[in-house]
Amino acid sequence: MNLKEWIFTTDHKRVGVLYLIGSMAAFIVAGIMAMLMRIELSTLGPTITSNPSSYNVWLYAHGAVMILGFQIPALTGFFANYCIPLMIGAKDVAFPRVNALSVWLFYVGIILALLTFFIPDPPDVMWTGYPPYSTITAGNTALYSFTVLILGFASIIGGVNFLTTIAYMRAPGLTWNKLNIFVWCTLGAFVLQLIFVPVLGTAVTLISMDKYLGTAFFDPTRGGDVLTYQNLFWFYSHPAVYVIFLPFFGVLFEIVATFAKNRVFNYHAVVYGGIGGIILLSGVVWVHHLYVSGMIDWIRIGQMVTTLMISVPVGLMLIGLVGTLYKGSITFETPMLYALGVLFLFLIGGLTGIPLALPSLTLHLSETYYVVGHFHYVMAVAGTFSIFAGVYYWFPKITGRMYNEFWGKLGFWITFVGTNIVFWTMMDIGVKGMPRRYYDYSHFSQFEHAHQLMTLGAAIVGVGFAIALVNWIVGAMKGPPAGDNPWQSMSLEWTTVSPPPHGNWPSPPSVSAEWTPYAYDRR
Amino acid sequence: MNRLVKHWAALAMVAVSSAAMAASGDGQGSGQAAASAKMPVVQYLQKGEARITDPAPGWDYLWKEVLIDITVIGILFALMTAYFIWRYRRVPGGPQVGSAPKLSPAAAVGWVVIPAFVFLADDLFLAANGWVLWNKYRDVPADRLEIHLESGMYSWDYTYPNGVQTQNELIVPAGKPILLRMTSRDTLHSHFIPDFRVKEDSMPGRTTFLWFLPREAGKEHIVTCAEYCGVMHSYMAGRVIVKTPEEFKQWYEAGGAAAKKSS
Repeated sequence: MNLKEWIFTTDHKRVGVLYLIGSMAAFIVAGIMAMLMRIELSTLGPTITSNPSSYNVWLYAHGAVMILGFQIPALTGFFANYCIPLMIGAKDVAFPRVNALSVWLFYVGIILALLTFFIPDPPDVMWTGYPPYSTITAGNTALYSFTVLILGFASIIGGVNFLTTIAYMRAPGLTWNKLNIFVWCTLGAFVLQLIFVPVLGTAVTLISMDKYLGTAFFDPTRGGDVLTYQNLFWFYSHPAVYVIFLPFFGVLFEIVATFAKNRVFNYHAVVYGGIGGIILLSGVVWVHHLYVSGMIDWIRIGQMVTTLMISVPVGLMLIGLVGTLYKGSITFETPMLYALGVLFLFLIGGLTGIPLALPSLTLHLSETYYVVGHFHYVMAVAGTFSIFAGVYYWFPKITGRMYNEFWGKLGFWITFVGTNIVFWTMMDIGVKGMPRRYYDYSHFSQFEHAHQLMTLGAAIVGVGFAIALVNWIVGAMKGPPAGDNPWQSMSLEWTTVSPPPHGNWPSPPSVSAEWTPYAYDRR
Repeated sequence: MNRLVKHWAALAMVAVSSAAMAASGDGQGSGQAAASAKMPVVQYLQKGEARITDPAPGWDYLWKEVLIDITVIGILFALMTAYFIWRYRRVPGGPQVGSAPKLSPAAAVGWVVIPAFVFLADDLFLAANGWVLWNKYRDVPADRLEIHLESGMYSWDYTYPNGVQTQNELIVPAGKPILLRMTSRDTLHSHFIPDFRVKEDSMPGRTTFLWFLPREAGKEHIVTCAEYCGVMHSYMAGRVIVKTPEEFKQWYEAGGAAAKKSS
């Protein structure tokens, strides 16, 4: 095993592992940014930096790196690369070299994002990059634009690759209605990426043209309009939430079905109603990010209704997940604990989004800590817990070894308690008026104790995640051999040896007529 | 079996569409009823003036209503999930695999249509109530004081109809609806008054508005910037200072001088 083999690999599993390593590095960096912010906010006024710009750069890096460098690459890079060819019984993806290009681009993007900490004028435009500030700031907006463009390009070529792979490379007998839910979810996520990433690319390109080439797309004194950017940005970035949501729900379905040893409840409703419904609605709800941005009234009301309607497909998926527990035979290994934790965290996150769908309530709620708490529950925490659940779940397949169950469970409980302390408190003070993106909250000194509690909670979260990361590293090096199918799953990826060789199976698998990945009662 | 599915699907379509219509109609109706009966919208009657409604208590009411709604749904779902986790845990000597029955086509359709109907009904109920409050908020009372706001890095600059100007201090009479017509000279800002449950972005090139009803003279309310606007974003704060109508008149007609002396 040498480094050159890994860098020039075209094996989908190695590409996946490279994605995992890169995204976990991004997660650690962005997590450190979060800790720095929480420490800064532990007292009124300056705490560890007297320069608000430093805080704004941390805030920018935390958001941009967590979403673009950690969650999307971990879910649509690592899980998709590692699992999809194995789940559909293929030797590799359709275009292995394109796949290698995609992971290279991802690493270029990560390096660009990390440059933030080494250049003299780091971007401080938040992950949203709203003009006019992003076009007049002394911060380096171009770095932001290029990071987004490179990562977006990696995502698009990944999308083309996986849609082709899923459509053409399924094993004999593996029909569409026998696909793992995770495969369907990833398919949905890549459809969204292909449709919407170009819009984000356009938006950030126009920002840089405005700032560096003197164009006036967003300059009203020369015929531009600042709101155009916000519309372009959220026209991508709301669907991006589903690019994260769909694959992490797919991971949950795999885990819950395996540890309940049960068929997925109402498979067709989950696939066609849930995933299909989300794809259909995802492009017509972006204005709920702009309820207090000065948009015209009729579109605020129209998208209030479409936003609330999202509860139908999401509800169908949640019913599918909870229904899979019904009459199961449930065991509680670490991946299942994380997955069940997500059920509750996602429930809180999803339901607290309902007030944010009503324009009249967002008059007070938007741009407060309530919003921050909500989206951390629904996307950040639920997504990250699912990623951790998935890494624990496929850990024996990837490494051929077993992690330590005790430390795994301990890490889960610590993280679970910590996240609830942080984000529940956040929503509470948000409703009471605490605005977000504040370096210094001297005008809201009544929230000092709440901020200290959140800093404590963040430290607990940090300890929990650190335990998991150490557990993986130790497990990968010294863990006991895990066997090919430690969870006794029916899914195809467990039918090959752990770790799978190049080409995955000695002879391509085929599936029988009554097999499905979840048909435990037919075994 | 196929005929049964078709039959069910047709029934389901009718049920969903009629239920949606009924829910939207009902939601609207009860929403409007709430506006006149349940919803504690404070009605101000001053001598010879039209009724003024204050959207801020309406916000508190709707927030409570939505909070109850989502709490009930959340607890039901969480309890059901917790029960399943406990009831179907693997026990020694118990079954090693799950035994959930395969859904019949009719049951599968039912498990889509009925939850979809329940969710949609609740959605439309909430949407209707949210819409009612929104309409109330967007219907600015004619008897109002219009003040121009130009925001900039990092101050709120108010201009009153008679040309009086203040910075970071919005001095208003109690009992009079205050309408801000807002714009910005540089980046995005958002004029957020938590006590009045209201904010709206201001930006260059467009004019936006917000309004609120200050009720108690002698009170001060914090104004804070809620849209990231630059390095010193978190220091961009001001105050709404509510005076009695007499005090305000005196201050206003003196060209704002009294306020500067007193503050």
